[in-house]
Amino acid sequence: MGFERFGVVSFASETLASDFVTYLDEGKVMATKCRTCGEVYFPPRTQCTICFSANIEWFSVGQGKLVTYTTVMYGPLGFENDTPYTLALVEFSSGIPVKDELPCAAHSVSSPPGYKVFGRLDKAIAKDDIKIGLALKAATVKLADDRVSYEFRKV
Amino acid sequence: MEKDVAIVGVGQSAFVRSCGMTTRELCYEGFAEAMLSVNLQPNQIDASIICSAPEYDKQRSPAGVIAEYLGLIPQPTFYVESVCSSSSTGLRVAYSLIKSGLYKTIAVVGFQKMSELSSREAMERMGRGADVVWESPFGLTMPAGYATYATAHMNAFGTEQKHMAMVREKNSGYGMLNDKAVYRKKLSVEDVLNSEMISYPLKKFDCCANADGSSCIIVASKDVASKITQKPVWIMGLGAANDTTSMSGRKMLTGLKAAKDAAGVAYKMAGVGPEDIDVAEVHDCFTISEILAYEDLGFAKPGEGIKLLEDKETYLGGKIPVNVDGGLLSKGHPIGATGGSQVRTIFRQLRGEASDIQVDGAKIGLVHNIGGTGIYGNVTILGV
Repeated sequence: MGFERFGVVSFASETLASDFVTYLDEGKVMATKCRTCGEVYFPPRTQCTICFSANIEWFSVGQGKLVTYTTVMYGPLGFENDTPYTLALVEFSSGIPVKDELPCAAHSVSSPPGYKVFGRLDKAIAKDDIKIGLALKAATVKLADDRVSYEFRKV
Repeated sequence: MEKDVAIVGVGQSAFVRSCGMTTRELCYEGFAEAMLSVNLQPNQIDASIICSAPEYDKQRSPAGVIAEYLGLIPQPTFYVESVCSSSSTGLRVAYSLIKSGLYKTIAVVGFQKMSELSSREAMERMGRGADVVWESPFGLTMPAGYATYATAHMNAFGTEQKHMAMVREKNSGYGMLNDKAVYRKKLSVEDVLNSEMISYPLKKFDCCANADGSSCIIVASKDVASKITQKPVWIMGLGAANDTTSMSGRKMLTGLKAAKDAAGVAYKMAGVGPEDIDVAEVHDCFTISEILAYEDLGFAKPGEGIKLLEDKETYLGGKIPVNVDGGLLSKGHPIGATGGSQVRTIFRQLRGEASDIQVDGAKIGLVHNIGGTGIYGNVTILGV
């Protein structure tokens, strides 16, 4: 429960990863990592598909770079009054070392690969500043009706 | 070429903004055209596969009522879907059911009636073809999904909006000749560039239109095919691949990895390469999609797709004519019917029956049909 508070319009009420919303309430944007094999997940998940472990931990999404974007001028049902908004894909290099004491054959790299996060750009970012490669950080957003989300802001 | 499974007949309804029919009546239009072309009766069809994307009309489990209306009772029927590539998936299933020896003849019926919904509702349904848990809550739409690829392609290769507009200019010219197309007006690069922005960098005329329509492919085993027609079209290669639904999982943003992977499988199975393809139908749901397709299919190297357009190599008379029936941009895109319509065009090309848009001497044709924003890649190679 509680997950239905995520985003402008939500389509799912429950997930095993609903702590994501609890973290958003605390001002944190979090991803998950498998403690057993080191696989990093965004969207976050608590069931590892590499080693089938449920031994998952949450970590904070750090600073990343804009990979691609689009500015939506014609929104779908439920978003009519929200346009224009810019959807973005941001790549983060995880930089989190895999725990040395838990090596895993399924994951031979010493640090997990980068991961991408999809979301919206802060509307305060000027149009001319939106360029691929722009340094961004994820920040939580409080929406109307006790809803929560996140967006990408300039570093 | 292996000659095991053939396409013996094809049909499609007119693709229109609003058909004024029920979904079963709409399906009849494509089915009847295909059946009349081969002079078959419904009791000569062993099974039917009904293909569409759910939630555009209210009928749950559409296969039953549609098979009933088409007179395909008591033969087995079932429903398959891979959103915009549903009927290519249906063709793939038909191929395997015939190859296994279970059936000799199958009707693959694709349909979509999108006019039951408003434009914004349709946009919402399509947006829910994305990851509804993590990405749809941000207001992701289909144009937005492809627009992120356009932005990445522009940044990586210097592609410009005018290059995308050139795709529409080409396809609209051929759409004028297609009496089944919803959009039959010639559009210039300027018309496209001057149209309203939908999702930067894609403008209104960079996008295909929602439509109502149906298609039908009659598939048969080798022994039966030769009794039905003297000109069977053989299924040489079938490739399918799947990429992450979530945009955040995408490894490649300047092309559709699912399409590239599917093409590799299809070429290998057919024993041909991109240079052997005489004519192609690609999934130009947006103008950028056709440029990505040139590169994903190996017609051009990554970043060089626009050169094919500039040199008119994808026009009739060029090295590899693409979407000379007008493409989705002209025909409209009744999701579940689209793959079957693409197959129909290639079938007619390979039999020399494409009249105004005939590619002289076409022997090998390719269909590229994508579900969602690059989720499901389907590439089918046909030959005579």
